[in-house]
Amino acid sequence: MAINTDKNSYTVLFAVVMVVVVGSLLAFLASGLSERIKENERFEKQQNILYAMGVNENTPDSGVNFVPTDVVEARFNERIKEQYVLVDGNVQKDDQAFLIDVKKQLAAFKAGNEARLPIFVGEKDGEEIYVLPMYGKGLWDAIWGFMSVNKDLVIQGVYFDHKGETAGLGANIKLRFFMDDFLGETLLDGNSYAGVEVSKTNNDPLNEDKEDNQVDAIAGATITGNGVSAMIKETLNAYKPYLETIRNK
Amino acid sequence: MALLSKKDANLILDPLADNNPITIQVLGICSALAITAELKASVVMAISVLFVMGVGNVVISLLRNVIPSKIRIIAQLIVVATLVIVVDQMLKAFQYELSKTLSVFVGLIITNCIIMGRFEAFALGNGVWRSFLDGIGNALGYGIILIIVGFFRELLGSGTLFGFQVLGDPIAKTGLYATGYENNGFMIIPPAALIVVGIIIWVQRSRNKALIEEA
Repeated sequence: MAINTDKNSYTVLFAVVMVVVVGSLLAFLASGLSERIKENERFEKQQNILYAMGVNENTPDSGVNFVPTDVVEARFNERIKEQYVLVDGNVQKDDQAFLIDVKKQLAAFKAGNEARLPIFVGEKDGEEIYVLPMYGKGLWDAIWGFMSVNKDLVIQGVYFDHKGETAGLGANIKLRFFMDDFLGETLLDGNSYAGVEVSKTNNDPLNEDKEDNQVDAIAGATITGNGVSAMIKETLNAYKPYLETIRNK
Repeated sequence: MALLSKKDANLILDPLADNNPITIQVLGICSALAITAELKASVVMAISVLFVMGVGNVVISLLRNVIPSKIRIIAQLIVVATLVIVVDQMLKAFQYELSKTLSVFVGLIITNCIIMGRFEAFALGNGVWRSFLDGIGNALGYGIILIIVGFFRELLGSGTLFGFQVLGDPIAKTGLYATGYENNGFMIIPPAALIVVGIIIWVQRSRNKALIEEA
């Protein structure tokens, strides 16, 4: 090779060329694919909301099976009757509420600023059910999900997901054995919004007691479990004005 | 192995056993501890590293005469990072489900010492074909250990393999659990991976005494 790769000018030139080439490659890729990626994310959100309502393709022994992506949009429009946002205690209609970034809105709510919190109203067995988004913190990174409740605030379904919880431990919050435990649990303790605690000491691994505001924790995933408990409580806190009105319906 | 000369074949075979990146060179331990609680995660990680190592070694080998030695580490890092991001974006657009499973590993792949180690030690000084074989060999050697560790940790820790309950149902007490057997919760936390890797190293060195270092 004739090039003297030790010269400073060459080093700088190489660095510049490398950065430009790699930078434009990644920029080109990102802008070219962003449309498809956004669509995938939208479908995923719709699948998650439907899953939390109990609309899914699960069979008794299967894992988590969502409504397939090619029909999810139609199914979503059919099963979700209304989409609202809760702003400062007032409910407003918003047909695109499912696109709202819950992370930002909950952060604004906690900071005491105006927040637009989405609510999805669907129907199950002739009864109205309400799907609320959740967002919180696990051990390593964000956890989030949706839960659906009826007007007595009994959980009709949940969906949890996470960004980077430990595989085999915290990551198991998105498996059926954990999520199914929440079915039928009540969020109320008397008149207080107790939520559902992920408990290591409830002595009820089969989760037969639905009135105890507790589900059995995953061994080895204490902090993720605590994150789930806290996330449910925070959602209840944020949506309290709305939940009050549906309880009085 | 008639396709490869003996020397080339050794590039693939050596890292599988006597020059294994994890048990002999002790590289890539971090991810071996972090993600082996489940067999599925181990397999996914092994395949991802196989891809990144193979392609990365080829790219670095192609560029070996033009990379200035002063900034070679940065150049290597950029090659890995770009490869991983390209794959991640493609998966997000065309294989969304798979990309969600893989997203956890993206950061782990970029920082995997085996990848940087092979770029630095091999691809910078060898031709494209040999670098490719070296990358594949080391990734396979890494993957085998990951899968062995993942197998034992998931089996003993959760009683499952690839998520299937192979030992019976621990809550309903069927299968092996009916006899009083319990899952060992210790196996699913990272220190257990160190112990399993330690046992593999022990077995390997007692079979091949030449691997034992002089004290």
